[in-house]
Amino acid sequence: MKQAKLIEEKIFKSLSGIATYSLIAILAFIIVVIFVKGFNALSFDMITKTPKGGYYYGGEGGVLNAIIGSLYIALGATLIAVLIGVPAALFINVHLVRHKKTQTTVRYFLDALWGIPSIVYGAFGFTLMLYLGMNASLLAGIITVALLIAPIVVRTFDEVLSKIPIGMQESVLAMGSTKTETAFKIMLKQGFPGLITAILLAFGRGIGDAASVLFTAGYTDLIPVNLDEPAATLPLAIFFQLSSPIPEVRERAYAAAAILTIIILIISLSARALSRRYSKTIIK
Amino acid sequence: MLSKRKISDRISNGWMIAALVCILLLPVIIGVALYFKSAPLLSEHTLGELITSSNWHPNKGNFGFWPFITSSMYVTLLSFVFAAPVCLLAGIYLTQFASKKLIDIMHPVIDILAGLPSVIYGVWGVLIVVPFTANVLAPLFNTESSGYSILSGGIVLAIMCIPYMLNMLIEIFNTVPRGLQEASLSLGASYWESVKHVVIRGSYPGIISSFGLGLAKAFGETLAVMMVVGNMVQATANPFKAGYPLPALIANNYGEMLSIPMYDSALMFAALLLLVIILLINLVFRYFIHKTQQR
Repeated sequence: MKQAKLIEEKIFKSLSGIATYSLIAILAFIIVVIFVKGFNALSFDMITKTPKGGYYYGGEGGVLNAIIGSLYIALGATLIAVLIGVPAALFINVHLVRHKKTQTTVRYFLDALWGIPSIVYGAFGFTLMLYLGMNASLLAGIITVALLIAPIVVRTFDEVLSKIPIGMQESVLAMGSTKTETAFKIMLKQGFPGLITAILLAFGRGIGDAASVLFTAGYTDLIPVNLDEPAATLPLAIFFQLSSPIPEVRERAYAAAAILTIIILIISLSARALSRRYSKTIIK
Repeated sequence: MLSKRKISDRISNGWMIAALVCILLLPVIIGVALYFKSAPLLSEHTLGELITSSNWHPNKGNFGFWPFITSSMYVTLLSFVFAAPVCLLAGIYLTQFASKKLIDIMHPVIDILAGLPSVIYGVWGVLIVVPFTANVLAPLFNTESSGYSILSGGIVLAIMCIPYMLNMLIEIFNTVPRGLQEASLSLGASYWESVKHVVIRGSYPGIISSFGLGLAKAFGETLAVMMVVGNMVQATANPFKAGYPLPALIANNYGEMLSIPMYDSALMFAALLLLVIILLINLVFRYFIHKTQQR
């Protein structure tokens, strides 16, 4: 009897250990495959040149257009998402702090919003674009991605703000500050590490998302200079080149995938490092 | 006379509440916009006909979504079957048995898995999972497959959903009071027994909810699935055959949707369908989670 109990424990403990370590193995496997395949095809031209004539038949050029396009879209979208998301998160934690029920309900809906898939945002962005009479452009892409990542900014920032003790706000209000001053001078500063995480998370999501820009940003071999011009994006560059029948073009899809993975890794790791660094300056 | 501080307070309060209301209204606006776009289709066909018919010939005006809906459900279900046990076991290990050091390593691992874009999973799927299905799994079950199949889609999707579900599970397991577990240990339960009877039973609604949310996430995933699933319109029970999930339908045909009458309406209807299904699942299961966290 006692024996069986211990054997069961041993079996499940090792099974769950295997499950955990297998996640590390899967991540390593994915990254190694992408890097090995990608670095074979990666060249200096890939990141410094736009596609030249005959590029899609194996001719010269690179994916600079897609790298720049993706950066533009992710930067623009993050900026808009921060302008909407930060005040919204501050409002939940400053103005609603005495209304627990409303606060919980708002968080509940925000969480649900997080689950909406990006293809739905893409379809909506497309509808909006037709309605406003716009063409597939940098601006349309930025707006669509901004809508997609705004809930992420709000919820991630809110998570950090909600952990700030309420006494901090009370003491500031007691000294005669307005709610706005409490929000922007105290809460924003105290929650700054969380804001950095939120921004980088949103930026990473924005740069890697393909389904939302598929309809709205279009695709072009040129680097966009105006908001109403179409823009290429890195995920779509990978996707289109991978479906090519020509092996050289597919090789470049792998290279572009390696570039995107490196960008995402840098964002992930710097989010951790930065939030640790800035959390030293807040009052505990 | 209002002071400058009061005025700026009013302005910024207005801005803050406007931002929050905008975000909260977003799903409603999206829903309404998509509904208006799909209205022409809905006025010609009934909802039941659209969902249950498998007659898909956009050129002739026949729009039956059944093959796409079944493909979506099939891929989602397969991914769930692969991902759920791994998540449950890993979640238990990380909250009960793991050393501090392992947890410190696992945090960035889960973050990066969650942060990798779906196109990267797609590339990996095309390079590894598709040949694996065609050359190893299909012969194992005595069938033939090109590899671009529902099974491949399920495998890739499972890996994408793991970090999402695992994060929620870890949070839920951490809310189980330590004292309860200690009580069961002191009554002579083995460590695993206390996990089984206290931790898992205590967080039952939470576990079900995170599984449900994982399913919803899988249901809406687009690019990675689309790259490995084969994209052929057919309702099939064979996982080695190609499928064509709803999100892939939308993403694949946006180019030609304005050249065929009603086609854009049909695709927007597909997007509306996705939105409604996923939002409903989210609202229901998030409700459970919120209830458990308040306790």
